[in-house]
Amino acid sequence: MVAANFPGALVIRLSEILCRAAFLSLVATARVAGAAEGKDPYDSGQWSGMEEEFLRGQKVAFDERVKVTGPRFAEDAMNVPISLDASALGDVRRVMVLVDRNPIRKVLEFFPLRTRPTLAFRFKLQQSSPVRVAALGADGVWRVGSTWVEATGGGCTAPGATRASGTWHQTLGQSQARFFGQGDATRLRLRVMHPMDTGLVAGIPAFYLEELALRDEAGTEYLKLQTFEPVSENPVFSFDLPAKPVGKLVLSGRDNNGNRVDAGVSP
Amino acid sequence: MPGRWRAAARNACVIAWAALSAGPAPAAELDYRLQPRQVAEGVYVFEGANDDFSTRNGCNIINTGFIVTGAGVVVINTGPSRLYGEQQRAAIRRVTAEPVVRVLNLNLHPDYLFGNQAYRDVPISALPGTIRDMRAEAPGFLDNLYRICGDWMKGTEFVPAAVPAETGELRVGERVLRLQRLEGHTNDDLIVMDARSGVLFAGGLVFHTRIPTTPHARIGPWIEALDRLRQTSFSVLVPSHGHLAADASGIDQTRDYLAWLDSTLDAAARQGRDLNEVLALPMPARFRNFAAREPEYVRNVTHLYGPYERRALEGR
Repeated sequence: MVAANFPGALVIRLSEILCRAAFLSLVATARVAGAAEGKDPYDSGQWSGMEEEFLRGQKVAFDERVKVTGPRFAEDAMNVPISLDASALGDVRRVMVLVDRNPIRKVLEFFPLRTRPTLAFRFKLQQSSPVRVAALGADGVWRVGSTWVEATGGGCTAPGATRASGTWHQTLGQSQARFFGQGDATRLRLRVMHPMDTGLVAGIPAFYLEELALRDEAGTEYLKLQTFEPVSENPVFSFDLPAKPVGKLVLSGRDNNGNRVDAGVSP
Repeated sequence: MPGRWRAAARNACVIAWAALSAGPAPAAELDYRLQPRQVAEGVYVFEGANDDFSTRNGCNIINTGFIVTGAGVVVINTGPSRLYGEQQRAAIRRVTAEPVVRVLNLNLHPDYLFGNQAYRDVPISALPGTIRDMRAEAPGFLDNLYRICGDWMKGTEFVPAAVPAETGELRVGERVLRLQRLEGHTNDDLIVMDARSGVLFAGGLVFHTRIPTTPHARIGPWIEALDRLRQTSFSVLVPSHGHLAADASGIDQTRDYLAWLDSTLDAAARQGRDLNEVLALPMPARFRNFAAREPEYVRNVTHLYGPYERRALEGR
């Protein structure tokens, strides 16, 4: 067979070379640039850039003790459930959730001041991607756990249900919260009504909650959340507290347009 | 031309990737091998795989059927693709010389209607709500099936049902078909009983040995619909998915699963569980041999948990 004489076969050969070259360069980038200790379980080409952008100058290590749970496949790319648990690290001051292949990579930051370092929430996924949870321990090292979620995607570039129906303004900033018994701990679930527009849908500017905090009436902070565009519409968060608070908690927050969230949470 | 090389390189990568993954059947073999199974005199069923959509089964996971009336053929559901519709119509022609005179789409789901293209010359009927909803949702379904089923979908376009189906008796030739509207699996679920043979086409309301699909489901009305079906006498029940049966086992299974799902989601919400914890709950042994268990349970929870969660958060 003299296939090589045919131009088509030549193109395929060249393209095979290009294909390999591209693959090798990806591998090389991942090896050289990643400063984190340990091995990225997903060998993501994006990780080194993310580390540079979000954790520059910090000590970073991949660590399976930071548990990240998500579905294998995102049935609803607008509401991908993620549960994280960094309690195996002991004292955790700060948690960051990053998504390698989202157009907006940072999903949220969580400060579990008087809660356990666990959190469940939903976010918008644009395409199949690793989901990272970086937890800052008392030793000053960011320890990164990961999971992979498959998706057909489009979660960031489609309008949410209340944006599409135009009903979002009827409920903006309203919230519901409830405590649930969970063995020796107490779970607090919190829902805040907000369209959480990413700014990536034509004609709809970014409009999203930026800050949420829970304090007791004496002003002691229980937790703080910084949220970004990829958090799902009308977000629901689950927090685990070591014990049910004695008095009322106060929820406060604001979005990027200065609208405030203020509510009491009764135990 | 570097641009062309780049494109060729991309194609080569795609080809290499496709060769590595379990690829779809080659184009020459895009044959659903539809075999009409006679379930009563003049009543036939094409049985789909009891599985989830995939290229392996060509996305043929539905039971469709036809009834030979003496004055033409009534086709019930047209399958997931243009190709299916064409092969279905050819298979009918091998059974009878009578022309197809009517097509019924029992609900708006994609595998009930994307074969409509093969019946452009025939009145295609569905319930009025189904016609409205399929017009809104079919483009999204079509994108999704192209993604999942690959080459099997080639050339498939959405041809909506155009003739609103009236419930009650539909007389065609020597046959009387009883059309009834129920709801719960979707907003409008059409079921068809052939009066002479007692064969009941129950559409998406009944799943036999298969986890139900729930993108448009409302469990309460669905269970009520199943209770009404339970009062109906039939000779053979043809569900859209899963096994045919001469008894009510499919109705009972579907009802049992839906009731379990309802109480499980309600209890989980009242315990404050988040979605991933619900997805990790064990499934009772009696459902574990159901087809499409893992992907469909994930979809069930994803579709349905929200309202339970909101009720629990609002303390209702």
